[in-house]
Amino acid sequence: MTFQLDATLAARGFEVSLSLGPAETIAILGPNGAGKSTLLSIISGLLRPDAGKAVLGGRVLFDLAADKNIWRAPHTRGTALLAQEALLFPHLSALDNVAFGPRSAGASSAAARETAMHWLAEVDAGDLAARRPGQLSGGQAQRVAVARALAADPELLLLDEPMAALDIHAAPLLRRLLKRVLAGRRAIIITHDILDALMLADRVIVLEDGRISEAGPTRDVLEKPRSRFAAGLAGLNLVAGTVSDAGVTTAQGMVVAGHHDGTLGPGQDGVAVFPPSAVSVFLTEEHGSPRNSFPVRITDLEPHGDQIRVHAGGLFADITPAASADLGLTPGMTVHFVIKAAAIAIYPA
Amino acid sequence: MNRRSGTGYTGIPPWIYAIAAAGAVFVLLPLVAMVAKVNWPQFIPLITSESSLTALGLSLRTSATSTAACVVLGVPLALVLARSPFPGQRLLRAFVLLPLVLPPVVGGIALLYTFGRQGLLGRSLEMAGIQIAFSTTAVVLAQTFVALPFLVVSLEGALRTAGNKYEAVAATLGARPSTVLRRVTIPLVLPGLASGAVLSFARSLGEFGATLTFAGSLQGVTRTLPLEIYLQRETDADAAVALSLLLVAVAVAVVGLSYRRPRVDAAPEGAFR
Repeated sequence: MTFQLDATLAARGFEVSLSLGPAETIAILGPNGAGKSTLLSIISGLLRPDAGKAVLGGRVLFDLAADKNIWRAPHTRGTALLAQEALLFPHLSALDNVAFGPRSAGASSAAARETAMHWLAEVDAGDLAARRPGQLSGGQAQRVAVARALAADPELLLLDEPMAALDIHAAPLLRRLLKRVLAGRRAIIITHDILDALMLADRVIVLEDGRISEAGPTRDVLEKPRSRFAAGLAGLNLVAGTVSDAGVTTAQGMVVAGHHDGTLGPGQDGVAVFPPSAVSVFLTEEHGSPRNSFPVRITDLEPHGDQIRVHAGGLFADITPAASADLGLTPGMTVHFVIKAAAIAIYPA
Repeated sequence: MNRRSGTGYTGIPPWIYAIAAAGAVFVLLPLVAMVAKVNWPQFIPLITSESSLTALGLSLRTSATSTAACVVLGVPLALVLARSPFPGQRLLRAFVLLPLVLPPVVGGIALLYTFGRQGLLGRSLEMAGIQIAFSTTAVVLAQTFVALPFLVVSLEGALRTAGNKYEAVAATLGARPSTVLRRVTIPLVLPGLASGAVLSFARSLGEFGATLTFAGSLQGVTRTLPLEIYLQRETDADAAVALSLLLVAVAVAVVGLSYRRPRVDAAPEGAFR
């Protein structure tokens, strides 16, 4: 009873294969244009890939092998889609919006409304049943949209950044709600927010340039990111390269000294990961082993909590505002990022 | 200029108002001239004469029928043009819109060579015992031919503006395509469909050239109000003017009734948040 997908779409450089257990929620993370929405469109049947196969709970959604060419229409797939916008049908009341799925499945008007009432209550929107979508706030509309998707009783729920369009007050409420309703359900959620992945997903998949660059349990990916994107989400610096005796050597020849558990041999692909708090900023080169000192050019300074985050050379450092003022940091300056080798973790890529 | 309070910046330079006023006068003045020419004491008898009422009745009936035909044929056409890209789509759109720019007389001749006794389809229809040319059916066909593009254009625009996001969501909720069309697509574009239908009706009501060419001018059968007006003009100018005013009144009533501002779902105070 798993969901299995293999799909390629050359025009978008998309090639993904993944599988999902019966009650598993995975989060898809990735930069804009990585193919996250393409993935959901292919699963839901709104976009046809060049090749591939998808099976959901024993039913073939599509099989584009030359001798098969099976393609199920979206309405027969059982994959309800919840988008960034609620997209409630503006001419129907909240109740009739939620009743839309059951009605389409052939339920009587009364039965569909009963189901709709149940799901509206489930998302704490029972009192909104009679409202038109135009009379709902963004958060309310999205809650009704969640109820509508669930009322269709999907075998696989697809959520495309459901919190992205909500304000900071409405988002936590919806996140809690999703945590409750996604429990015991199969779902794929696209998100930009690491908190969504932590709270809602059992596993995360990082999608970059149409391919899965990293996958695993949420905690593992955040603690030991292997892709630059995941490292950024986890708030960590990541340098990829080839493992050498000293540490990791990048393609540009920069050597990052760090520690590894000894299972890594020279010549393997590896990554060096370190937190921005472990980076010190100096105006001149500092010597003293075992340290790493990289001359970098500052691109940006931004407030980050009660610290100043210094972006330079693709890395970032967190320093106190006082230190930043003392050093007189401005974008364009060349400084030295100094990191103790002991603070750098090296593991296979 | 004294502006009402609460109005915002319009971005319209003042001289635009002058030209806009000239444009409005250009449209309204001929109507005023016509109203001034009406023989008011004789107005009611003129427009309630038997031939006038027959023509008006025929006009309303045929226009209503051809509007229905426009909806039946035009909705699928607009959907196909707006939604599914296919080879030759631009060409199809160009041909569907052709009657907009074609002189109606030419349309009438084209219809005659299609449905007329010696026409492309007319010969077979004749053998089946169906005669179309110079019948009320011909009037409806002529009106549908010239009015169809109005419905297609206005509905295609509405469909494109609405986009297909709602349809996609409806499909993932399990609605088959016919259900999506009936419960989502059509309700969403209803204002566009209504205004397209109104335009088609108005165009049908005013149809003259194609009707005269293809259907002739037979009282009670094919002589619609515009044809009656043209005929009366030769003999009785007062009657022509009175009937013209009647036609204007009917057109204004139809357009005015249907072109009210679309109902906005106004949120009650405090409904947000």
